[in-house]
Formats: sequence, C-alpha cells, structure tokens
Amino acid sequence: MLTIENLHAQTEEGKKILNGIDLDIKPGEVHAIMGPNGSGKSTLSSVVAGNEDYEITKGSLLLKGEDLTELSAEERAHRGIFLSFQYPVEIPGVSVTNFIKTAINTSRKAQELEEMPSNEMLKKIREKAKMLDIDTKFLSRSLNEGFSGGEKKRNEIFQMAMLEPKLAILDETDSGLDIDALKIVANGVNTLRSKDNAIVVITHYQRLLDYIVPDFVHVLFDGRIVKSGTKELALELEAKGYDWIKQEVEK
Amino acid sequence: MELKDKLLNSYLAFQEDYALREELHQTRLDALKVFEAQGFPTKRQEAWKYTSLAQLLQKDYSLFPKTSATSELRGVKPYFLADVDTYKIVFIDGVYSPFLSDTTHDGIDACLMSAALTKPKYRKIVETYFNKVVDPTESLTALNTSYAKEGAYIYIPKNTVAQKPIEIIHFATGNETAIWLQPRNLIVADQNAQVQIIERHQSLKAHEVVTNSVTEIYAHREAFVDYYKLQNDLDTAALIDNTYITQETQSHVSVHTFSFGGKLTRNNLNFKHKGSHLNSTLNGVTILEGNQHVDHYTLVHHSQPNCESHQDYKGVFSGRSHGVFNGKIYVDEIAQKTNAFQQNNNILLDDKTTVNTKPQLEIFADDVKCSHGCTVGQLDEEALFYLRTRGIPKKEAKALLTYAFANNVLESVQLPALKRRINGVIASKLGVNLGFNL
Repeated sequence: MLTIENLHAQTEEGKKILNGIDLDIKPGEVHAIMGPNGSGKSTLSSVVAGNEDYEITKGSLLLKGEDLTELSAEERAHRGIFLSFQYPVEIPGVSVTNFIKTAINTSRKAQELEEMPSNEMLKKIREKAKMLDIDTKFLSRSLNEGFSGGEKKRNEIFQMAMLEPKLAILDETDSGLDIDALKIVANGVNTLRSKDNAIVVITHYQRLLDYIVPDFVHVLFDGRIVKSGTKELALELEAKGYDWIKQEVEK
Repeated sequence: MELKDKLLNSYLAFQEDYALREELHQTRLDALKVFEAQGFPTKRQEAWKYTSLAQLLQKDYSLFPKTSATSELRGVKPYFLADVDTYKIVFIDGVYSPFLSDTTHDGIDACLMSAALTKPKYRKIVETYFNKVVDPTESLTALNTSYAKEGAYIYIPKNTVAQKPIEIIHFATGNETAIWLQPRNLIVADQNAQVQIIERHQSLKAHEVVTNSVTEIYAHREAFVDYYKLQNDLDTAALIDNTYITQETQSHVSVHTFSFGGKLTRNNLNFKHKGSHLNSTLNGVTILEGNQHVDHYTLVHHSQPNCESHQDYKGVFSGRSHGVFNGKIYVDEIAQKTNAFQQNNNILLDDKTTVNTKPQLEIFADDVKCSHGCTVGQLDEEALFYLRTRGIPKKEAKALLTYAFANNVLESVQLPALKRRINGVIASKLGVNLGFNL
C-alpha cells in the first residue's frame, strides 16, 4: 500500500526533520508510530499528506507503486490518503455537512466522476454519524468551531468514514479525549478497518493502542525509525519511557 | 471645457427644461453654489486621501440622458431578483422606464422622485425631508442636489409593512459613449413602518458611466429599514454613492453594501441619530480583482444616549485591486451608554493589492462601550492544507475559506432570494462552481 524508502525532509528554512525513514505498509495492516515530542511524528504525517511547508530532499514515497512526491495534497486525497489532524482547523460559516458534501463532490469532479446523488449522500451521512454517535444537530454546526477536543476528533473520524480512504493516518487522535470519547473513536476506526485499507496511528501514549490494536509498532527518534516490533513494544515503551530508546540509540 | 465648468454652465439649460416651485428651485441653486465654491474633491482632502477622481473627470460626459432609450426586458431580466415578487423602480440612462417598473400607491408609495418633486400631494413630505437628511455642504452631494430630478421616492406610512421588497435599478445602456448620471432617492419610513430595499447600478455594455448618487433615508420611531446595495457593475463604471440616514427613537436601519464590480466605487454612508435606543447596522462584503478600487467611508454620529451601532466590513482583494475602509464614529458627550462596534477585516490574495484601513473614534462621553478592530492578512495556510487533504482542490478550497471569511455578513442578509444571488455572484467571482447553500 504505502512504501517509504530512505525519506528525508526538511522545513522551508532548511531544518532537517526526517532523516531516512523506511516503512512498508501492506493492505489490511495497522501500524503505530510512537516517539517522544519532536521526533518527527507529525512531520511524517504532513509529508505523506502533501504539506508544502516541507521539502522532500531524498528518498521515495509510493502509494500502490505510484510516486506521490510530485502530487498535491488534494491529488493524494483523491488517490485515497487521509490525514486526521492533531489540531483540526476551525472554519466558521461552513457546516460539517456542507463541508463533507463539498469534499466528496469536488473530489469526484476532479476525478471526472458524477456528483454523489443527494439522497445517497444524506443516507451515508446519517449512517456514519450514527456509527460515531454523532447527533444530527452537530452536523449543521460550523466546522470545528467551538467544538470540544472530543468533538473535533470524532468529526475527523466521521470525515474518514465518509471519504473511505485507502490509507488513513491518525495523528494524535487520542489527545484531548476522555476515555468514553476514546472508545467511541476507536470503535469507529475499528469498524472502518478492512483487508483493503491500511491505518497508521501516530501516538505519544500506549493508551489508544489498547483499543486500536496495531499489527506493528515503530519508534521514531530524531527523524528515523530506530526500533520496530509488535504491540508488545508499545507496552514496553509505556513501562520504560523513551529515555531507554534514547540511550540505546546513543550506544 | 472642464467637467466642473460644463456642469455649472449646463445648469441654466437644465433648469429651464424643468420647472419647479420657487423654494425647490432655490435649494438647487444654493446647492450649485456650494459645488461651485468647492468643486470636486481631491486627494489633498483627508476624506479623499486614498481615492482619486482625477482620471474620471478628464472625460467628456453627456449630462442629459436621451429620453428615447429603451431596453427589452430580455436583456435586463438577469439583474432583477429571481424567485421573489418585488416592486421595481427602474431607470434607463437616468430616465424612468414604465415598461420595466412595477411601482405602487397601494398602501405605500414606491414611485418616482420627479413626481414627488412636482405634484402637490407629495409637497409636505418633500418640504419636510428633501435635502434635510443630507449634509448640504458636501460638494458631490450638493452637485447631485442641484441636478436632482429623478430617482426613487418611497414613503411607508405609519404602522405599515411594505408587502414586497422594493428594487431600485439604474441601467446604463451605453447608447452614449460617456454618461454622467445623478439619481436622487428619498425614502421615508414613518412610525413603526417596515421596508426592505435593494439598489443596484448596472451597465448593459462596456462604456464610461459615472453615477453620483444621493439617497436620503429617514426612519421614524420604531421603523425598520433594511437596505441592500449590490454593486457588481462592469469595470468601465464608476459609482459615487452618498447615502444619508437619520433615525429616531427605537428605529432599526441596516445597510449592507456588497461591492464586487465597477472600476471605482466610493460609498459614503452617514448615520445621524435623533432619538435613543435605536440601532444602526453597517455591513459590507468587498471582493475585488484586477484594477478595481472601492472606498468605504462611513460615519456614525452618536448624538443621543442608549444607541447601538454595528459595523462589519470584510474585504478580499486580488490582482492590483485597492480597498479603502475609513470608519468614523463620533460619540457626543450626551450620548452615554452608547454601544458602538466596528470591525474591518481584509484578506490579500496577491502581492500587488493594497488596503488602507482607518478606524477613527472620537468619544466625548465617559460611560460607553466602543470597540474597533481591523486586520489585514492572508488566507490561513493551515486551513487551506486541511481542506486540500480532504480532496478539495486549491481553487475551491480558497473559495470556501473566502466564503467562510465573509459568512457572518452574508448570514445577516434577511432576504433569501438576495442571499442566493449574492452567493452565486461570489462563486462566479471566485471562479468556482460551489453551492455554498447546500
């Protein structure tokens, strides 16, 4: 699904953030990427999603064999990449419903597909909202404006459910969630798991991984993946903290 | 001949052509003297610092419109509001078009200024309000007064609600290569009366047209006046709009100005308070491109206690366009408990655009709530990225953010048909095909 080889990326100012990432994600897999603050987790997700604030200086980024590096963020979205934001942006004046309709239909148009018929759209919206325990009143509110942390994250997963991506990157989806909201979000994500798509969970803490159980866990440090393992690695990190990794790397 | 001289000299021919009773004649003559003494404003004057009329004044304009101009309904229909029944007062090159209009005397008067100025039955209203709401010392207003002849006359009697919105539309045909128009509107809403009005100026083909328009609005106690200016003219047209409003106790007057077209637009908007517990609203959305220039010059004079005024102007600029916002708020010593709010936010989409924004507050009362804020910025890159990761292409994403930026002003439009029209204009202005009202 997603193949990353020796990926180097830096900011516009030339600050190197990613220093040779290798990652191979196959359909049906869930990968967790963990690491201390400043290790490059969010940058990795931004670079994969096509944020122009970062420049790829070396390496390759392929989705199903297709080179993504020259594609815009929207072209990557059209090919099935989705990024759930750590801090979703507030857009006053655009309702959740209007936004998701616009997202789906402009995407379809850009791919020379017909717009989704509105009854089909409404049905899908209702269905996915129900799955995530979202009140229909919520859908007519301005996108993310005045939403609680939990509402923002639930709304991100709602968008994921509507857009049905092939590769979803969930960036710190657990931050700002209480345990009940966390369960709802995790349940939503688990429902969306299939053998045809893949999910990358970026998290600082192990807690989320109790609910979204990963096939692989990677530890990111100083812009590189320094350790990979199965879900037990997450538990080990939780118990020992990141200093242990740091010492190991320095050795 | 210089335009000023032409205007002064032509007046003799104009007054002979148009017989008026003595006192109106004197009003016009006095006004002409004001214009003669002051002439056209220049950039040396503080109020015109950012807007130059110099280029406009070099052309030779036809001052007296031909009376033969007619327009087929087909060509002009798109400029009327769709899906809503309205009264219409329509002018073609300054001349009333009975064919395109739908005036009324049924319960309210929505008719012609020329009738109001000459017919005895309107005499009392004209004597009470005509040229009484304006600032007679302002040069361009005085110029308009001296040539005041035609425009819309609207009178809503006590306790009456106008059953339909009223459209005032001025078409310029382009039959003359260059034309100078000076419409004059008078709107009086008597006690507890309500009315919605939409005004637009529209060229039917590219030609030099300058409109120096004056509108007087008088809102009595508890009256509601909801006024919309839709400015989306061709980029050969210039508009100087002078709108004066006087309000009495507990009245509500709101003026929305949507500036999307025209090469040069100056909106002078003046609110005067003659009562307490009243509410003035001034909202605007400006979206410009190319070499367009729009200057909003607002003045709210709080001279009575317990009144509120709200100003919210949003501007989006691309190309080499130039936007100006100058908002003056005066609060007299007597005007305690005033609540005055002013906001002007601008987004620059290109490097070569210019915005000058200048709030001016002069407060002499000590128990008031006054706030103002202005911002000049760009579209939020983070928000743009967010939309694009959802598959929304860059152009559409920018349009959506622009629309969102202007949304709180659009939300306050009380006429659904007009809101749909404006949303459509914004979408086409931004070059996208998005239904914002999904």
